Amino acid sequence: MLLAAATKPADWTVFVIASVIVLAGGLGVVSARHPVHSALFLVQTLFGVAVLFVEEAAQFLFAVQVIVYAGAIVVLFLFVIMLLGVGRPRERIVDVLKAQRPVALLIGVLGLAEFFGLINASVWATGTKSSAGQLTGPGSNVEKLGRSLFSTYLLAFEVTSALLVIAVVASVVLVRRPHAAADDEAREADAELERAG
Amino acid sequence: MSVPGAWYLSVAAVLFTIGAVGLLVRRNVLIMFMCVELMLNAVNLTFITFARMLDDVGGQSIVFFVMVVAAAEVVVGLGIIVAIYRRRVGATADDLHILKG
Repeated sequence: MLLAAATKPADWTVFVIASVIVLAGGLGVVSARHPVHSALFLVQTLFGVAVLFVEEAAQFLFAVQVIVYAGAIVVLFLFVIMLLGVGRPRERIVDVLKAQRPVALLIGVLGLAEFFGLINASVWATGTKSSAGQLTGPGSNVEKLGRSLFSTYLLAFEVTSALLVIAVVASVVLVRRPHAAADDEAREADAELERAG
Repeated sequence: MSVPGAWYLSVAAVLFTIGAVGLLVRRNVLIMFMCVELMLNAVNLTFITFARMLDDVGGQSIVFFVMVVAAAEVVVGLGIIVAIYRRRVGATADDLHILKG
C-alpha cells in the first residue's frame, strides 16, 4: 500500500519537494537562534503545507492557508518581534531544569516511534466513508465546503464569529496601558523636572 | 491517483514531533508560540489527509474551524506576550515563574 504503483511521478515529485520544505522549515523554526529567522522558517513551513493541501485537492484551504497563516499570522509575529525589540537572542545559558532538553528530545523520539509502531500493527484510516458529505464527485471544492459549512456546521460557524469578536476585544484589553494614571504622574514629574532645570 | 495518504500522515507526525520538541526545548516565548503553530499545521494536514482517504468533506470543514481558532489564539497569545514584555525586560519562559507557589 505504501508504494502505490499507479501514482504519477509528478505527484511524487511535488510531494517529496513539499515535504522536504515543510520538515526543513520546521527544524529551522526550532533551531534558529534569532526569533526573526524562526518566523521566516515558519513562513517556509506554512507554504510547504499549503502545497501539500493542493496535492490533496483542498484548494480553498490552500488559499486560506496562504492568506491567513503566511499572510496575517506571521506578519503579526514579525510585528510583535519588531515592536518588542527582541532582535537580540536572549536565551538563557543556565538551565533551571538540567535534564529537560535531553528528556524532551527523548520523549519526542519515543512518541514518534510509538506512532509508527502502532501504525505497523493496525491500519491508517478506518471508519464510515463520506459521513459528512462526499468530497469527490461533481462540483468544485469551494462549493462542497461552503455547503457543508452553511448547513451541517452552521451553528459552529456562527459561534466562530463570536469567538473572533471576543479575541479582538480581549487583545485590545490586554495591550491597553494598564495604568493610565501612573503614566500621567510620570509625565507630570518629567514636566516639573524640566521647569526646575 | 495521487500519493497514498500514509505518506502525508507520516510527514504530519514528524512535523508534530518537531513542534512538540521545540516547544519543550526552546525558552523564548515567541518561538515556543511558533512551535504551537507547527503542531496545529501538522494536525491540519492529518485532517485533510483523512478527508481525502475517507472521501469526507467534514475533515476540510474542521480544518477551516481549526484555522479560525488558531487565528484567535495567536491574537490573544501575542497580546499576552506584549503585556508581559511591558512589565519586564527579559521574558524567557524561565523568567515567568511568578505563578510558582
